[in-house]
Amino acid sequence: MNRTRALATGLLLAGALLTQGCGKEAPPPPPAPKAGIPPPPPEIVVKIGHAAPLTGGIAHLGKDNENGVRLALDEANAKGITIDGKKIKFELIGEDDEAKPDKGPIVAQKFVDAKVAGVVGHLNSGVSIPASSVYNQAGIPVISGAATNPMLTEQGFKVAFRTVGRDDQQGPAVASYLAAEFKPKTVAVIDDATAYGSGLANEVERTLKAAGIKVLPREKGTDQTRDWKAVLTKIRGKKPDAIFYGGMDATGGPLLKQGRELGINVVFSFGDGACTEEMNKLAGDAAEGLICSQAGLPVQAANKRFLDAYKAKFNADPILYSPFTYDAANLLIEAMKKANSVEPAKYLPKLAKINYEGATGKIEFDEKGDRKDAEMTIFTMKAGKLEPLAIIKSGKTIKYEDFVKDGAAAAASPAVPLEDKKGDKK
Amino acid sequence: MDIFLQQIINGLTLGSIYAVVALGYTMVYGIIQLINFAHGEVVMIGAMVALTVIGWLAANTALPPLVIVLIGAGVAILVCMLVGYALERLAYRRLRHAPRLAPLITAIGASIVLQQVAMMVWSRNPLAFPQIIANPVFHVAEATITMVQIAIIATSILMMAGLTLIVYRTRLGVAMRATSQNPHIAGLMGVDINRVIAATFMLGAALAAVAGVMVGTYYGIAHYTMGSLLGLKAFSAAVLGGIGNLAGAMLGGLLLGLVEALGAGYIGDLTNNVFGSNYQDVFAFIVLIAVLVFRPSGLLGERVGDRA
Repeated sequence: MNRTRALATGLLLAGALLTQGCGKEAPPPPPAPKAGIPPPPPEIVVKIGHAAPLTGGIAHLGKDNENGVRLALDEANAKGITIDGKKIKFELIGEDDEAKPDKGPIVAQKFVDAKVAGVVGHLNSGVSIPASSVYNQAGIPVISGAATNPMLTEQGFKVAFRTVGRDDQQGPAVASYLAAEFKPKTVAVIDDATAYGSGLANEVERTLKAAGIKVLPREKGTDQTRDWKAVLTKIRGKKPDAIFYGGMDATGGPLLKQGRELGINVVFSFGDGACTEEMNKLAGDAAEGLICSQAGLPVQAANKRFLDAYKAKFNADPILYSPFTYDAANLLIEAMKKANSVEPAKYLPKLAKINYEGATGKIEFDEKGDRKDAEMTIFTMKAGKLEPLAIIKSGKTIKYEDFVKDGAAAAASPAVPLEDKKGDKK
Repeated sequence: MDIFLQQIINGLTLGSIYAVVALGYTMVYGIIQLINFAHGEVVMIGAMVALTVIGWLAANTALPPLVIVLIGAGVAILVCMLVGYALERLAYRRLRHAPRLAPLITAIGASIVLQQVAMMVWSRNPLAFPQIIANPVFHVAEATITMVQIAIIATSILMMAGLTLIVYRTRLGVAMRATSQNPHIAGLMGVDINRVIAATFMLGAALAAVAGVMVGTYYGIAHYTMGSLLGLKAFSAAVLGGIGNLAGAMLGGLLLGLVEALGAGYIGDLTNNVFGSNYQDVFAFIVLIAVLVFRPSGLLGERVGDRA
């Protein structure tokens, strides 16, 4: 009796451990065999870390990011890169930071202990910021393809970079668009109480106030909130002309749906975290007409070669940040090639001065590690698809059609018109 | 005033859902003094199964939407009852006479297993729950109430009434009450305790499945982690009402829903925006702590809570 009981418990525990283990990370597909390469010169394995939430509410975005990095590394391996006379094989170490700020430094320390040459990550600003000091101490370059909170690069760390724009560029962009196009008198601002959400909401509020628009006292949810009715009911009573939410799509979708159910018929606007086509599924018809911004150029304006390669490899379309993590990984590789070394200390200066044509356009870093001249794009949801409305670059608003027509896009990156994207999907 | 009325409607809807889930906790606790922490995950499985079935039927058949939703809920109920039975049979029955901590830890383990299995089956993405029934909005005074909200409140009342009937008017109910008073003596009196306990788990799981469909339809979203917080709150509701007490679970659920809606709606104004509506989730646990400190037996509970 006792033994069987022990057995049952043991089995259950083992089961729990197993499933936990599997949940952490999908087994990486074996790297493509490098055919046609003569008996190998000494091969070194260079580890590249990637961290993002792979479980929890925004695990889909985390996986998307990881896919971007995986694509870049696999392509580099297939090409076969030689640095300092040695053949390099890149290996991806994917970690799950669970989108938890306290998990950030732990994952970062893991990477340091595993002696990675560079890190792409993290997804969340709230996780990236505490993690960055660990990377800084170890001198390991880290490039985030998604963290937009200004603080990340304001800490004076030489190793922290990002390939996306900052909230203090993105917030003003979406806020000034909102102010110019909808001319609201009162705006309600909500955030999800994360570093990203409240940071973005702060920037939006500041810009709106500067434009002489009244902003209601901030309402907050959490990154787990599904029930926004209490908050929205309160807001409805104050009759704002527009609503801005700083948060992700998994919470933004229900917010929008419930707002419409409560009979709030004003425009809803979002930052990049809720600027995904998922919004259409999560909020249904309510998503129609939302306004949102993305740091950088639209996913569909990313390099077509990247879009095709991603689709071919993962049998899915990139969701949001994968073009940026793809570029981030390629930047690390490029800097290593330029420095002819995989030593972080040696290739870091090259990385800081890099000038690279990536899937999201031309990339250069300023002295803080932010991307120079990052574009912001304003989207709207039309017939269930996100359509770019305008590109905002160095404070100027350019209509999307003009942007594509003028060839401004061609200079930045070969933008793909929407029609092509639709064709790709089939 | 319209805002207050609207918050009451919001709270009642939320509370109805909590009440249905809380019933599952309270029934199991009443009968074997186990806090079945995997119950929230059963709600999630119910939502996921219904989502899959409804999505498939809507895409591949021409049945009327209401029929599709009913079939979806039916399949979810069956699957959840199976899960409930399996939980009891595989995870808890062997531990029935073990020290109380062992089944509690097992329950937490079972909830992790269910969550991770769901992640493998249904992916990590938040899934959109198919919205196939038209959802007209009605105006009451200046507040709004949707068809789905009315349906949720009505269904949960039906569920509670049905459960009360089963417990107080059927042979199974008599056996359940006898087992909860004293399993040993009930056994001696010819009650098949194993069957009764399994039936209790399955009843609770069926309620959980219905709650899963409600949550999915109401928020339009389903995710593999959706059960944990919901489960914890429903558990708080059960404790508030007096765990082990059916009427208490219903009362506790409704009260908790109202407290959350009103709390989140007014805390900002009352504290001059020092605390914001992001403290919505905290109310459930403040209530839980307050109840445990001041009235451990809950609002309607009689037994003094000497058990874990």
